[in-house]
Amino acid sequence: MSKNKSEYLINRKDNQYEVVIGLEVHAQVTSESKLFSTSSTKFGAEPNTQVSLVDAAFPGMLPVINEFCVKQAIKTGIGLNAKINNRSVFDRKNYFYADLPQGYQISQFKDPIVGEGKVILDMPEGQKEVGIERLHLEQDAGKSIHDLDAQNTFVDLNRSGVALMEIVSKPDLRSPDEVSAYIKKLRSIMRYLGTCDGNMQEGSLRADVNVSVRAKGSKEFGTRCEIKNVNSIKFMQMAIEYEANRQVDLIEEGKSIDQETRLFDTKKNETRSMRSKEDAHDYRYFPDPDLLPLEVSDKFINQLKTEIPELPDDKKKRFIEEFKLSPYEANILVSDIDTGKYFEEVVTKMGKNKDIKLAVNWITGELFAVLNNKNLEISQSPISAKNLAILVNLIKNGTISGKIAKTVFELMMDGDQDPQKIVEQKGLKQQSDPKALEALIDKIINDNRDKAIEYKQGKEKLFGFFVGQAMKVSGGKANPQLINEILKKKL
Amino acid sequence: MSDITKQSLSELVKNIKDKKLSSEEVTKAFINRSEKSKELNAYITEDYSSALDKAKKFDQKPNLELKLPGIPMAVKDLFCTDSIRTTAGSKILNNFVPTYESTVTQNIWNEGAILLGKLNCDEFAMGSSNETSFFGNVQNPIDKNLVPGGSSGGSASAVAGQLTPITIGTDTGGSIRQPASFTGIVGLKPTYGSCSRYGIVAFASSLDQAGPMAQNVKDCALLQEVISTYDPKDSTSIDFKRNEYSKELTNNIKGKKIGIPKEYRVEGMPKEIEELWQKGIQYAKDCGAEIVDISLPHTSYALPTYYIVAPAEASSNLARYDGVKYGFRAKGENLTDMYEKTRSEGFGAEVQRRIMIGTYVLSSGYYDAYYLKAQKIRKLIKNDFDEAYKKVDAILTPSTPSSAFKIGEKKDDPVSMYLNDIFTVPVNLAGLPGISIPAGHDAKGYPLGLQIIGKAFDEQNILNIAYAMEEKINFKNKITDWWIK
Repeated sequence: MSKNKSEYLINRKDNQYEVVIGLEVHAQVTSESKLFSTSSTKFGAEPNTQVSLVDAAFPGMLPVINEFCVKQAIKTGIGLNAKINNRSVFDRKNYFYADLPQGYQISQFKDPIVGEGKVILDMPEGQKEVGIERLHLEQDAGKSIHDLDAQNTFVDLNRSGVALMEIVSKPDLRSPDEVSAYIKKLRSIMRYLGTCDGNMQEGSLRADVNVSVRAKGSKEFGTRCEIKNVNSIKFMQMAIEYEANRQVDLIEEGKSIDQETRLFDTKKNETRSMRSKEDAHDYRYFPDPDLLPLEVSDKFINQLKTEIPELPDDKKKRFIEEFKLSPYEANILVSDIDTGKYFEEVVTKMGKNKDIKLAVNWITGELFAVLNNKNLEISQSPISAKNLAILVNLIKNGTISGKIAKTVFELMMDGDQDPQKIVEQKGLKQQSDPKALEALIDKIINDNRDKAIEYKQGKEKLFGFFVGQAMKVSGGKANPQLINEILKKKL
Repeated sequence: MSDITKQSLSELVKNIKDKKLSSEEVTKAFINRSEKSKELNAYITEDYSSALDKAKKFDQKPNLELKLPGIPMAVKDLFCTDSIRTTAGSKILNNFVPTYESTVTQNIWNEGAILLGKLNCDEFAMGSSNETSFFGNVQNPIDKNLVPGGSSGGSASAVAGQLTPITIGTDTGGSIRQPASFTGIVGLKPTYGSCSRYGIVAFASSLDQAGPMAQNVKDCALLQEVISTYDPKDSTSIDFKRNEYSKELTNNIKGKKIGIPKEYRVEGMPKEIEELWQKGIQYAKDCGAEIVDISLPHTSYALPTYYIVAPAEASSNLARYDGVKYGFRAKGENLTDMYEKTRSEGFGAEVQRRIMIGTYVLSSGYYDAYYLKAQKIRKLIKNDFDEAYKKVDAILTPSTPSSAFKIGEKKDDPVSMYLNDIFTVPVNLAGLPGISIPAGHDAKGYPLGLQIIGKAFDEQNILNIAYAMEEKINFKNKITDWWIK
């Protein structure tokens, strides 16, 4: 491996340590109803209003697989370039908890629906491949609420039985930044596919983070700790940073690392031991006798393949080839499905004589800044792709300058106005008549004779002064290119 | 009509259809006899007044096209019944009232039958004598202090004692056929996947199957016809063409090949069971069937296999009874304490024993040695039957290795109790249909049953064989009404 400037290492005296990270991502399947029942999965409903007899594990109730969730998992597997297994088995993971009504979670243990795959990350230093170990379907548990009452715990079963995809990566990640890129990539792929909304605030995407450290260059894995249920990228990064340093400190002190499950305390920014390997649950996995093995035919899988939209990696490749974008630009535009869509619409609306680079700059510059400020998704953009295309064209054909365009852009936001109309109404059209500009410049040179002489004597900095004057006098409307040319000639 | 309760289901249906009897008369008769039969302890929950209301309502506008027009019927308390307490014979469900109906009972009500009440059974259907019920022992109408068998002991007792014209039980390892044999009635365990498990309190999901229990084969066929439906709510329900079993019933079994498995001649089997079996073989021959010696080589592994698979599934199935959502809850210091107290006080000894066995065989380090191995043997047992059915149409065996025993006799000896199921469990492990028909009496005058095992989905065939043999056997149950004062 090449020595990379951005390599993430933990340094102690003479030693350098590499961090090895693997993730178990729990992604809530986008579906109307739960994995084994018909109750709604809608977020934010009143507690215990979306609970069927199956979800609450009443006597004699039986699970029936939701075909849609199976399709979603297979689509996700296809998106992860993974092997789809024709036969998978649902197992019971047995443990007692108040918000687990059945006393077991239906999951897939030995035979998951999706096998090995891979995800490509675009890191500043180049591409990185992260292996996917497997993806399996499982039920979510309900929610225990401990802070409503001093004596009692309340249980909300709305989430009980909601379908989750657990996506297990290989231990291929080496830094918090890679973890961030990985999560973002997964989320992007699933959003393209419509299989998970990736909403981390609502808990639709959360992860167990496995962290171990080893001396740089070592081939052996260190003892790992699993940090449970981290629900934001920032917290994942903080937790990894803390945990890796904790482990390195132990090694430096000559102590050993215990394999254990830990919790990340977001307030104190530290991980804490939850249970050791010895205390680990014996989940007594066994095939759920209420469910037959899940068999999916190649025909079924192939049909789903035809329903897969163009995914970020392919779209990026196409953007680079078709629109001559840099990989960096393409990456930004494909990271979110709606951004790609917006960009392509702008390109289409710009018509024949288009400046794609300019459009990209406006989208990733001005538009993104506005969306960021207003905390909006691009699908809620106050400026439509059509009007942005018109604006870019106005710049391209010299009707307005880039500077004026910013003013026009501000005005456009009020009700998605047509920039053409704004330019006309406000008289913002660029002055590109050479004769008029010559007259304007003549006057400026005349008014600033002393400076003109200084310039001629070699004080070249003063060129900018004249440009500025010209823009000022023209109210910003003078065509800057022409101004430059004329000034050079006249001075 | 004092002898209403002596009539078979088919007779009652005919009399109601011919308007010779009203549903109310029939219902009243069974309620009266049930009320006089409290000593049998066959019922856990009675629903007499509502049954009478329903009967009256039926009579006002009788739909005589139905298969069970206005027929009163009590059912095993393992079937969830809407608004009627359902206990599974356990303290932990002592106060549980479902808001839903099992598919099998719904099928029965859809054909016009009326619920009389819920019948006693071993706790969570775990038992072979009905002695594990939280609601007490059930008496066998055959004799005082005799067990009716189990787990469908209340059901068997109620049919044999004529407290209900017919009933349904469930059979995980013999729970329909063994009590049928002990009480001198007919009991059918259908093919796994024939009757929906939706709404039946689960014991061992891969083995549980509901089935009819009746005075005779024809009644049994009629009830099977009603309860067996494909049900999308049960993922293990199988969509196959179901016969109209009672209509297609025939005693013509000429040329049918009936296998006699040598491995069922178990060590220590009483002589009278062997004699009964020989008699059965003769009856089958008399009916025109051809007898073929066969081998089911893995038979001796069936019982240990069963006692790994069934408790394993049960240990997980019963995890939901934790005091959190419904049923009995003991007070505890914290969540774990509440769990422990609820389950220690809520479950009886046999259920706890099986949960422990099941938890053990599934635990890491033992899973391969027990559960996985048992699954492999289960496959071999099924293969045995598949091989045999290349040569024969059905298999004839005794139903049980002995007749009914005294209450308390085997209570403290679980292994001897488990041995009761030795002839019935292979059928459950292989998912096949099996029927027990009364075929004779032992020296004490207690009934003994023969079991006919069929190919999967071939209920019609074993019903036909049972029907033909029943005619030849001409069994008369010796019910003295000893419990009626």
